Amino acid sequence: MYRSKRGRLVGFAYLAPALAFVLVFTVYPLGQMMWMSLHNWSLLTPPVWVGFDNYERVFGDRQFWVSFLFTLKYTALITPVLIVGGYLLALLTAHNSPLRKVTRTVVFVPVVIGLGVSSLLWYWLFSADFGLVNRVLMDLGLVSGPVLWLGVDADMSNLAISTSVVWKVIGFGMILFVGAIQAVPTEITEATMVDGASHRQRVTRVILPLTLRTVLLVTLLSVIGSLLAFDQFYIMTAGQPQNETATSVFYVYLNSFPYLKLGYGAALSMVLAVTILAFTVVQLLLARRSEV
Amino acid sequence: MARGLLDARARVAGPRREPRRGSGGPGRTRYLVGAICLAICAVMLMPLVMSVLASVKPTAEAAASPPTYLPHSVSLDSYQRLWSYQQGLPTYLWNSLGTALLTIAFTLLLTVPAAYALARFPIPGKEVIFVVLLLALIVPYQAMLTPIFLMFADIGLTNSLVGLAILHTAIQLPFSLYILRNSFSAVPRELAEAAIVDGASSWQALVRIFLPSTVPAIVTVALFAFIMSWNEFLGALVMMSKGSKFTLPLILAAARTETSLGGTDWGMLQAGITISIIPCVLVYLLLQRYYVSGLMSGATK
Repeated sequence: MYRSKRGRLVGFAYLAPALAFVLVFTVYPLGQMMWMSLHNWSLLTPPVWVGFDNYERVFGDRQFWVSFLFTLKYTALITPVLIVGGYLLALLTAHNSPLRKVTRTVVFVPVVIGLGVSSLLWYWLFSADFGLVNRVLMDLGLVSGPVLWLGVDADMSNLAISTSVVWKVIGFGMILFVGAIQAVPTEITEATMVDGASHRQRVTRVILPLTLRTVLLVTLLSVIGSLLAFDQFYIMTAGQPQNETATSVFYVYLNSFPYLKLGYGAALSMVLAVTILAFTVVQLLLARRSEV
Repeated sequence: MARGLLDARARVAGPRREPRRGSGGPGRTRYLVGAICLAICAVMLMPLVMSVLASVKPTAEAAASPPTYLPHSVSLDSYQRLWSYQQGLPTYLWNSLGTALLTIAFTLLLTVPAAYALARFPIPGKEVIFVVLLLALIVPYQAMLTPIFLMFADIGLTNSLVGLAILHTAIQLPFSLYILRNSFSAVPRELAEAAIVDGASSWQALVRIFLPSTVPAIVTVALFAFIMSWNEFLGALVMMSKGSKFTLPLILAAARTETSLGGTDWGMLQAGITISIIPCVLVYLLLQRYYVSGLMSGATK
């Protein structure tokens, strides 16, 4: 419709506000961030051009590696649980019976509440002296005294925080898996039933291969989300002990805001952005192939 | 995609009865599956239920160590303390709600016309423009907060609900535009052309034909914008340094460490958590259909 030249102008007028918004609030800051990363800048003194010094410093910075490796460890711990757990939940609830629909709805509820708020909730549950987790463990006789879950040992904190995040986001993968499983044509599953395949064979040989693309997509989304983790660590450990649980985003935040090392923070941001970009490109390629 | 296949399946399968899948025939399996479902529901709901119960414990019991499982008596003390904590709960509620409503408004005002243009007008370089508009999808906003903060500090948008809403709109814009463009493209061509033949302007066609046909997508976009903005933490933490501008998650995170003498006020914290969760859960339960369809089309594509 609207083939005329005037049509183009009108169309552009509808598009202009969004385009201007993105140019000002996304494209410009992106350019600014690149520029900042090449400067030494602390807000108090004017920026000084330093070339790629900030980047060199990043790779020699011990805390950068501590944060990066901790973030990878967290990602490696939580992703398999989210994917396998989410898929099992989807297999259990994909059929549309009332009880299964209710289960799906219930499992999904934590997805819509805030990560900050759910982290505060679990901060309480895992609190050494006031939390219910220790109360239950002690009542069952599994531990003799309160366990110090958060902020004392990096691995214990990782475990506790991963538990809370699994509770919070497992429903996200489940819902997408349910969609994919329900989209498997009935004829195919029927045919395997006629062939006398067991339930397990049907899952591993038919349903899983046909939903593999969704599994890959959800895995990538989960990995990207985990690599960008911040709220849960800021709230539940504040990076303790000694910034061992400060994730990559946390370290960017610390440098840019409390420390006001803006140039260095920008270089850290760039490294983070490029890491994420690699995963996103794979995700977009996967998504694009599916549309054909 | 999922939806398309579902429809296709329904068409092919026709009136045949759908075979029971997984629920697997014999009674024993069915009871087992039922029991597992109930157990999962219990585990998932437990933390929320415990939080709500803790929020109605009387002051002394809420601070007990070790904690009690169930409240011995019910009291709204914790809510009262939250009501008047620091600047008072109404301030924080308003900051959160105001930001969320502004985010919905900005998002719709920007993306509805843009989606209309992208779906229906012959704009040169349309594909390139679309990619630029989706840029925020590939650059995480967590990495761009410093330059945005500096810009906002220059133009007085820090410690401002409008500023935070602009940031939230920037985060939410690509997803919203994507959903809306697909929805606008799906409006039947004949419908729009009939309106043009009748002499309607493009604006009239938008209001009379397109908006009514894309209501589900608009609801989905508004819903996601609300939930994201109401819950968002890091951006708010960076942009809002004045206590009087804190959103709900910010004041609760602050209350976690710096409450009245004698450490964290756990009862009040649980009251705050309960209050922040209620709108999200209500909105989700009421509009579940839109939420799930938005997730399917937004996340898997």
